[in-house]
Amino acid sequence: MKTYYDPEDLKKFGKIGEFQKSMADKFFAYYGEVFQEGALTAREKSLIALAVAHAIQCPYCIDAYTVDGMEKGCDEEQMMEAVHVAAAIRAGASLVHSTQMMNKVKEISM
Amino acid sequence: MKSLKAQNHPLSNTQYELQLLESQKTGISFSEKLAECGLYPLLPTQIEILQINLGKMCNQVCKHCHVDAGPDRKEIMAFETMQECLEVIKKHDVGTVDLTGGAPEMNPHFKWFVEKIRQLKPKATIIVRCNLTIILANPKFKDLPEFFRQHQVEVVSSLPYFTAIKTDAQRGEGVFEKSIKALQMLNMVGYGQENSGLMLNLVYNPAGAFLPGSQEGLETEFKKRLKSQYGISFNSLYTITNLPISRFLEYLLRSGNYESYMEKLIEAYNPIAASNVMCRNTISVGWDGYLYDCDFNQMLELKVSCQNSQHIKDWNLEILNNREIVINQHCFGCTAGAGSSCGGATA
Ligand code: SF4
Ligand code: SF4
Repeated sequence: MKTYYDPEDLKKFGKIGEFQKSMADKFFAYYGEVFQEGALTAREKSLIALAVAHAIQCPYCIDAYTVDGMEKGCDEEQMMEAVHVAAAIRAGASLVHSTQMMNKVKEISM
Repeated sequence: MKSLKAQNHPLSNTQYELQLLESQKTGISFSEKLAECGLYPLLPTQIEILQINLGKMCNQVCKHCHVDAGPDRKEIMAFETMQECLEVIKKHDVGTVDLTGGAPEMNPHFKWFVEKIRQLKPKATIIVRCNLTIILANPKFKDLPEFFRQHQVEVVSSLPYFTAIKTDAQRGEGVFEKSIKALQMLNMVGYGQENSGLMLNLVYNPAGAFLPGSQEGLETEFKKRLKSQYGISFNSLYTITNLPISRFLEYLLRSGNYESYMEKLIEAYNPIAASNVMCRNTISVGWDGYLYDCDFNQMLELKVSCQNSQHIKDWNLEILNNREIVINQHCFGCTAGAGSSCGGATA
């Protein structure tokens, strides 16, 4: 069955330079550097990436950063907590806007 | 759980295993990959390590075991073969003697053997690959930490994770708790403690169809967690990739991960790791005295290629140093990412 998302396509990610090389090269160099050990460990960055992958709901990134997290020694509990952080921020981001709704309600109510 | 051999599983037949690795070849062969970086045929650098497998008997039946070891395996090294090993150790400048199994301590002549090696080579590194739980398996093994200390043995032990769920999933129910107790006993006699000179190194194998991450990063995490939760110290963590043979191969096939795992290994091929594979400076001795390029080849019954020095009793250093190493698709496990050997990452 054909679907828009095919796990095999993830393997082709490195080939996006075929249509625009210099930008792809810059992107991959930047991407590589971002995930190096730094002030944050590579493991912490992997967990952030996993959370963001869930926030933006990218199935490629979810697959990739689940494997990456396992390789870097994260356990299921830590990975699930990372997803909860994404979920909490998403929920919070919706809920914090309710202050606008509340303001408006109060503004136009007697 | 029984060994594959006791189950009469097709994968306990090494011919079948090799056929499978050959026939399900994904993409390129290992020899072609070596040729690309000028390493084919693969030759030894110099033999520095003698790894001796004292037998397939073990008190555990880990799911990923490349030896297919377990309590139902009765193949152990005979006293006479151990004497033949000692002759070689006496004659040659072997810097490291690495004792493995199964659980090497279950061989009834284990202690005698360690004592003799130490007498012959006071300065050599003697490694024992101790599965930890053996120390608590029977009162007769309780003094092992003290025995190791007295003979200045380096202890290398597997601990796939710092939590019980993952460790027990790979190594069996209750293994984590016993391993922690054993590590604390080793710490008590000085192992893994600063300036004691008693080396305690841990081995990390991924508990599933994925590759190990950075050895440094995992070591930091293991040290932090084991110290804060259990007060345990150790020296280094060795990350080891699971090779697609024996029980791990059975797992890969059963879980439908075989092809993607092989693809991953091939994709992650690293020429630097390839030039540092452990078979270039190691000879592995089987429980029956036959010689192999490594413990993995031993389990696949791929003897060293040189006909005139295939058994410890016929040991000829020159011939062995000039042999061609026997390779196959499983070797991709040693060259993926940062590489993998009995001493951890290689690149
Ligand atoms: S991995 Fe080690 S401890 Fe586990 S069954 Fe095999 S030899 Fe025994
Ligand atoms: S599996 Fe053995 S022979 Fe093959 S590369 Fe690894 S150490 Fe060498």
